[in-house]
Amino acid sequence: MTEWIDVGLVTDIPVQGSRVVAAPAGDIAVFRTADGSVFALRDRCPHKGGPLSEGMVHGHAVTCPLHNWVISLETGQAQGADHGCAGKIPVRIEGERVLLAASALQRYAA
Amino acid sequence: MPRKLVVIGNGMAAGRVLDELLARDPDAYSVTVFGAEPRVNYNRIMLSPVLAGEKAYEDILIHDDAWYAANRIDLRRGVAVTHIDREAKQVTGADGSVTSYDALLLATGSSPFVLPVPGADLPGVVSFRDLDDVDAMLAAARRGGRAVVIGGGLLGLEAAAGLAARGMDVTVVHLMPTLMERQLDPSAGYLLQRAMEQRGVTIRSRANTHAILGDTHVTGVRLDDGEELPADLVVMAIGIRPNAALARAAGLEVNRGVLVGDDMRTSDPDIFSVGECVEHGGVCYGLVAPLYDMAKVAAARLDGDATAMFTGTLTATRLKVTGVDLFSAGDFGEGDDRQEVVLRDVARGVYKRVVLKEDRVVGVVLYGDTADGSWFFDLLRRGTDVSQMRDTLIHGQSFATGAPQDPAAAVAALPDDAEICGCNGVCKGKIVQTIAGEGLSSLAEVRAHTKASASCGACTGLVEQLMSLTLGAAFAPATVEPMCGCTDLGHDDVRRLIRAGELKSIPAVMQELGWKTSGGCARCRPALNYYLLCDWPEEYADDARSRYVNERVHANIQKDGTYSVVPRMWGGLTNPRELRAIADVAERYDIPAVKVTGGQRIDLLGVRKEDLPAVWADLNRAGMVSGHAYAKGLRTVKTCVGSDWCRFGTQDSTGLGVRIEKFMWGSWTPAKVKMGVSGCPRNCAEATCKDVGVICVDSGFEIHFAGAAGLHIRGTQLLTRTATEDECIEVIAALTQLYREQGRYLERMYKWADRTGVDVIRAAVVDDADRRRSLFERFVISQRKAQVDPWAERVEGHDAHEFTPMANLKLLEAAE
Repeated sequence: MTEWIDVGLVTDIPVQGSRVVAAPAGDIAVFRTADGSVFALRDRCPHKGGPLSEGMVHGHAVTCPLHNWVISLETGQAQGADHGCAGKIPVRIEGERVLLAASALQRYAA
Repeated sequence: MPRKLVVIGNGMAAGRVLDELLARDPDAYSVTVFGAEPRVNYNRIMLSPVLAGEKAYEDILIHDDAWYAANRIDLRRGVAVTHIDREAKQVTGADGSVTSYDALLLATGSSPFVLPVPGADLPGVVSFRDLDDVDAMLAAARRGGRAVVIGGGLLGLEAAAGLAARGMDVTVVHLMPTLMERQLDPSAGYLLQRAMEQRGVTIRSRANTHAILGDTHVTGVRLDDGEELPADLVVMAIGIRPNAALARAAGLEVNRGVLVGDDMRTSDPDIFSVGECVEHGGVCYGLVAPLYDMAKVAAARLDGDATAMFTGTLTATRLKVTGVDLFSAGDFGEGDDRQEVVLRDVARGVYKRVVLKEDRVVGVVLYGDTADGSWFFDLLRRGTDVSQMRDTLIHGQSFATGAPQDPAAAVAALPDDAEICGCNGVCKGKIVQTIAGEGLSSLAEVRAHTKASASCGACTGLVEQLMSLTLGAAFAPATVEPMCGCTDLGHDDVRRLIRAGELKSIPAVMQELGWKTSGGCARCRPALNYYLLCDWPEEYADDARSRYVNERVHANIQKDGTYSVVPRMWGGLTNPRELRAIADVAERYDIPAVKVTGGQRIDLLGVRKEDLPAVWADLNRAGMVSGHAYAKGLRTVKTCVGSDWCRFGTQDSTGLGVRIEKFMWGSWTPAKVKMGVSGCPRNCAEATCKDVGVICVDSGFEIHFAGAAGLHIRGTQLLTRTATEDECIEVIAALTQLYREQGRYLERMYKWADRTGVDVIRAAVVDDADRRRSLFERFVISQRKAQVDPWAERVEGHDAHEFTPMANLKLLEAAE
């Protein structure tokens, strides 16, 4: 039975933008895309640890602000010629609320 | 001893004769060219793209100074010939010089026809024949307002579309019931009218100009029915008249134009004539293809080939208005012996009409889909019997001949003698042989060797397909580099279309220009955001989501995710209060590093993101604002101490630097802009490796620009000198505004200057006082909304979500 943690309203996140959820094991970046989808990744680019929450969101992807790696919001995988994965955190939307999977948060704590 | 050839006129026809002659025998003649225009030979048929902003003057040059020098041609630029003495075989120039000739070539061209109505000579009334006209039109368009174009023919419509694209309110006054009635039948004329109206051009057909109104400058046009159309600019585009006065004065036979035979000789066998000044077989030509045919014959005859003949040219017309595809050729008047085949699809805006006489094509009009223009024109020129394919003829080559639909295959199926380039009369076989024989691999080389696609460019696609067929995979078409993977358009196209289509938001740009992705990418979005901000400074709302993080949070992200903060120090000046505030901030927020930058200010490194608003608030309280150290915008104005302190200082360089920085801060530019002001030529502020640098001298200020000292090291180039600080600031602001309007996103000023040309930039911001003033004014308008301290805004709570987490699960865990 997955436990879900409420982190706030969908509308707290700017469209084509992101917010940070501070977590004990490291920050989580929560993204909202132009089509209204919400995704969450660990806020660390697999390349050199850049904060993905500061990147530009386009389609279902984000470009890291440090060296322009493009990371898929759906899988956390780097796109194109780059390889690496920013851990993906399952997201559930209940009404207007954003919930993150607690188990995934713990996994990164390990 | 080579024979002496004197050429009178330096337009496209004369230039082509010289090209042909040099290709045959570079040593046959020693050549002197008299050109009444001060410019070198340029491609006049590309004036419309220049007006529309799609090309610049340098793009349409045919022969530059180096070409004349390399071919040892004595070019007498800006010197008209006033007299020809046929007895002595000498010409006299307006400068009094006398030059003798063995052979003389008259290529005096034509003049625009001016309506004999009152007011036709008022300032603000221009024609559309040369670059001076285009410059006048561009200057008028920059001031905005209304334009009336008299004449709804090819030139008039291209002028109207260009002015409309430049933002003017344009009306075309046309005498006949439908547009381009000499080339188009009424149905195609109607479709064309509709397309022009969609571009915001008003068409007044069946309207005759009675008078042009105004006292000191044109204010309007009065029509025969008494109606008055207000106008700030009137363009007369009603036709041309051969320039034959010089020939007539020399006693040559002249009718409407200079009479020539099939050998291009005038009534004096030592005098040849080509181009728009010529009348051959009762026809005066105004299109480029026949001029080039004439040039080929004249060059052959000059070289001693007694067989070359000009027998007249059938001409085809294409309208050069972006987005309007129109092709017409031949004769399509109605007659009992003629039949026509018509295809009309009004919803798609396609209209095709082929006129047949005795099973042969004698005329063709294509509107909306002109892909088969060359094929129809080929049938027309050859007089091919089309009875076998008559049922499907109108559907074009692929259908009528059963050839496959693939355009490459259609080109492959063309016979070797099919004409590819109508302007230059180049056929497929010649192009294919030259590619193979000369080992050509780029479009530019094919243009240089064959002239195909070198004039109007409409056949570029066909030429590229031939290259692809001949070279296979070795051919990589040199296209415009697209902005990014989201579009095939280059930066310049996107920018032009933003202005022409008045696109004022990123979604509108992506929708109208057919973006291939739903939301763009990290390359195109910041570029579009900048272009929109620059082009619509009073209307466009900045899109923070399309800003790189540094410009969104107004600090520089560092490798560990902390930020650096650089307050402005105007001209590098600071004081104890500011320094104390910086020291306090560094201590209060545990800022680990404090460093002096290369731009004469202080960098606070390692600031935590959540501390940024508090750091800014403290700095604001001491009177400091953001230094935009992160911006594609004005960074610093570095100064030396100047005449206040320095024993060598000639002017108050520090004060001027402060003035420039206070005037220009906050402006967004394609890439970062760094400036410097040195008080004397010893140049302690290192102004000559900046984007813009001022060197003070006793007599005033030298303005330098286009330097760099980063990835590339580049010394600046001198732009101009001014006597006063005010003039200096006006020039710098105008220069910056021109760069803002023309630079591609992320293109530094020196790269823009390389691409555009220092002379062209100087002409715009120094020589043309009107243009400089209007650039300066646009900069001032843009600054009204740009000069807001982003730190103060954020201290007030703007974008607060940027600086606080959405939720803090660490606290949650601690509470449990």
